[in-house]
Amino acid sequence: MGGLWVDYELMTTIPGLYACGEANFSDHGANRLGASALMQGLADGYFVLPYTIGSYLSKEISTGAISTNTPEFEKAEKDVLERIQQLTSIQGKQSVESFHRRLGKIMWDQCGMARNAEGLKQAIQDIRNLRKEYWSDVFVPGSTTEYNPELEKAWRVADFLELGELMCEDALNREESCGGHFREEHQTEKGEAKRDDDKFMYVAAWEWKGEDSKAELHKEPLMYEEVKVAQRSYE
Amino acid sequence: MRLKLKIWRQGGKYKGEFVNYELPDVNPDMSFLEMLDVLNEQLVAQREEPVAFEHDCREGICGTCSLVIDGRPHGPMQGTTTCQVHMRHYHEGDTIVIEPFRAKAFPVIKDLVVDRSAFDRIIQAGGYISVNTGQAQDANAIPVEKEKASKAFDSAACIGCGACVAACPNASAMLFTSAKVSHLTLLPQGQVERHKRVLGMVAQMDKEGFGRCSNVQACEAECPKEISVSNIARMNREFLAASLASEQE
Repeated sequence: MGGLWVDYELMTTIPGLYACGEANFSDHGANRLGASALMQGLADGYFVLPYTIGSYLSKEISTGAISTNTPEFEKAEKDVLERIQQLTSIQGKQSVESFHRRLGKIMWDQCGMARNAEGLKQAIQDIRNLRKEYWSDVFVPGSTTEYNPELEKAWRVADFLELGELMCEDALNREESCGGHFREEHQTEKGEAKRDDDKFMYVAAWEWKGEDSKAELHKEPLMYEEVKVAQRSYE
Repeated sequence: MRLKLKIWRQGGKYKGEFVNYELPDVNPDMSFLEMLDVLNEQLVAQREEPVAFEHDCREGICGTCSLVIDGRPHGPMQGTTTCQVHMRHYHEGDTIVIEPFRAKAFPVIKDLVVDRSAFDRIIQAGGYISVNTGQAQDANAIPVEKEKASKAFDSAACIGCGACVAACPNASAMLFTSAKVSHLTLLPQGQVERHKRVLGMVAQMDKEGFGRCSNVQACEAECPKEISVSNIARMNREFLAASLASEQE
């Protein structure tokens, strides 16, 4: 659910970086179902990008090769090398895959479509412990100087361990039921989702504040001018 | 189900050799790639380096998985990719030989992973169409006759996996290149670069070191999308016509 903010030309807030397909805001709202995600990829690729990406490239065409002798490049390169070093030097006992599965199980059990405060708090605690275990006991085999799929996976799972916690934090924060987020505490007598538009009619954009700090919530209010907001009924 | 595996290892401590492995308990419901995942978990547990192989969608549409299984690209089944082969097709005690796609133009990166970027360069040499900038035109503005649309669609079904090259005794890329040429040439949108496309893509194909076609047709037999060799005949006609008619050198 959710997606990257893009302008009408599908460019993100970073100049020259375009997001197309299901990675962006999505024409079908924030749902990420197979068929609509596929359609969005096709529509963006066929009808939008060929006509918009040129606007950026036409201004860039005179830019020559970009030098790598800049402090920004050197910093980025150093950060990446350090992260690789960090992952491969742990030489623990457990495989990357085993951590991925354990994280998946926590998310499946506590942060599925139906979730509740107690389960989410437990999940956040469990993920923090799992992350600690990951950074002290993961085993990444192979070399850092040749093709190494285990290293790539290790990097991704490290990201998932942060993103998984954030998803739980977000679900815990949103004290209502809405779309794919069903908080068991917030339902009608008939078991339907109960929204709280007074407090939660916003899109949550979380800002990463560093490895061990809590992400900061930025609220982007949803404003409807033509459409009257109502409750969907399946009855 | 107990299985023996004979897998090509190359890179790291292996100079290039078959290594024998044994899996004591393979579930028949596993896919072939899941079986390799299990092997890799076993290897990691023994602090060995896992076998590198390529995979992405695991549902037969992306063209990322490869492997020559018991001498056949994408394994024993007709019209399927490796990811769609399931272990129920094997029996207790079987030995399975797994190799990478072998071709001069597909150098081995590691173990079962080969570099198939030669295909990308063939596409770059002509596998595109011109579109005007400005307002996107209505999708139905250009009429396409049904018969041609169907043929173009059949050609477009090629997922660019490279099994045709691996199957061919000459390591020819004619089936891949002809499917891509046919897809665009059959459609009105592909007419602008029609001559330039076939000349450019064939030249790039030769430059990459793929062999010539000698009508063995193993490519069609092994293609997971069952692309027809009639595409090759069409490309040959296109190439001849373009060579005679084109103003290009």
